[in-house]
Amino acid sequence: MRLPLLALLAKEPAHGYELKQALEVTFGSAYPSPNIGQIYVTLGRLEKDGFVRAVDVEQSNRPNKKVYYLTAAGREALEAWVDEPTEGPRVRDEFFMKLVLAPLTGIADRMALVNRQRRHYLSLMRDLDELAERTDPGNRVARLLIEGAMLHLQADLDWLERCQEDLT
Amino acid sequence: MTTTPVIKAVGLVKIYQTGGLPVPAVRGVDLVVEPGEFVAIMGPSGSGKSTFVHMLGGLETRTSGEIWLDGKRADTLSESGWAVLRRQKVGFVFQFFNLVANMTVADNVELPALLGGATPRHARERREYLLAELGLEERAGAAPGQLSGGEQQRVALARALANHPRLLLADEPTGNLDSRNTRDVLKLLGKVHRQGQTIVLVTHDARVASMADRVVSLLDGQIVDDAPIARLQRRPAGTAGDIVELHG
Ligand SMILES: Nc1ncnc2c1ncn2[C@@H]1O[C@H](COP(=O)(O)OP(=O)(O)OP(=O)(O)O)[C@@H](O)[C@H]1O
Ligand SMILES: [Mg+2]
Repeated sequence: MRLPLLALLAKEPAHGYELKQALEVTFGSAYPSPNIGQIYVTLGRLEKDGFVRAVDVEQSNRPNKKVYYLTAAGREALEAWVDEPTEGPRVRDEFFMKLVLAPLTGIADRMALVNRQRRHYLSLMRDLDELAERTDPGNRVARLLIEGAMLHLQADLDWLERCQEDLT
Repeated sequence: MTTTPVIKAVGLVKIYQTGGLPVPAVRGVDLVVEPGEFVAIMGPSGSGKSTFVHMLGGLETRTSGEIWLDGKRADTLSESGWAVLRRQKVGFVFQFFNLVANMTVADNVELPALLGGATPRHARERREYLLAELGLEERAGAAPGQLSGGEQQRVALARALANHPRLLLADEPTGNLDSRNTRDVLKLLGKVHRQGQTIVLVTHDARVASMADRVVSLLDGQIVDDAPIARLQRRPAGTAGDIVELHG
């Protein structure tokens, strides 16, 4: 969450709630709506690291509002993040752990595990499809995010098939 | 009250005999499909999916076992008996679309309806509707050879649905399609399914399979799983979020 917040603040100073809304509007309903508490905790850490600073803005008959802005160090951290290549997804699959280890203990049978997991992936896919239906076609970012999730799920399913062929 | 299943297969076996070596492609499959059900068949390459659905459509003879279509014993029919039954009851989409090369797209789609006894006007209206649903109205006058693989596959689906078949059998109907064309096919499948169309469809595509009521998995010619695709617990609207996780 740190770098996305820095990126949003590079555009313009904002308070916590505005950052939450900006994330929601940009990524749409496919993205887990960030928890406001988590945003404030992250902002607090960024402030401690010197990447952002906060100014109190007075509000009539309400407590002061903290508006955050990016520091020079924050901009450097953001540029470094943008410049560095991003790791590809690694397979760190909890299901695969189950599949390999559970049968050793006699708790579960691999065929049953694979079959259940396949149906679970298909339920997830159905959910993504429904989400895509509900998503504003004009929100390209949200659409691409959902499409990415679908392609990953397809790859998971193909891999599951390989596991079934080789391990059962 | 019991309904007659659209498909009942009992102990279905197919052994290909090639150059002396028997290849068991389907090894004892039982399947019942009720009216209006949408069943997806999945499984690795070579697991017998195409062989199985070809047998269900009478396009491949069985080695042993029974096939009942709409309450009628079908596996004992002669080739011409099968052809009649198929024309009346089954729409088939092949893995490698089989369109008639020297007929236009429009004629390809209308033919099964005409053979099934529809009036020319009904056949034309149905054809116009189906081609429009699949974004192909502009290609009606073309010959199949002038279309891309994906377009031919969509024409094949329109043809299979032309006659309002009791059963739609489809073998990888989106195998040649990009994601936009896949979406058109999915929409049409969803629509006819909601109208009560019984569908048995072979696919590797998770989006296609996820529309089914039930998934049947084949491995080495046998069914290893046959169960409904559960609905996930509905999240409150607007918080569909946790499907996608971004890190950073
Ligand atoms: N006409 C044939 N003659 C001999 N063997 C065949 C014939 N058709 C299929 N087979 C064999 O039967 C087995 C099942 O083939 P089938 O085409 O049904 O698999 P499939 O599950 O549809 O695979 P794919 O996902 O690649 O389409 C394979 O081993 C295949 O080589
Ligand atoms: Mg096949």
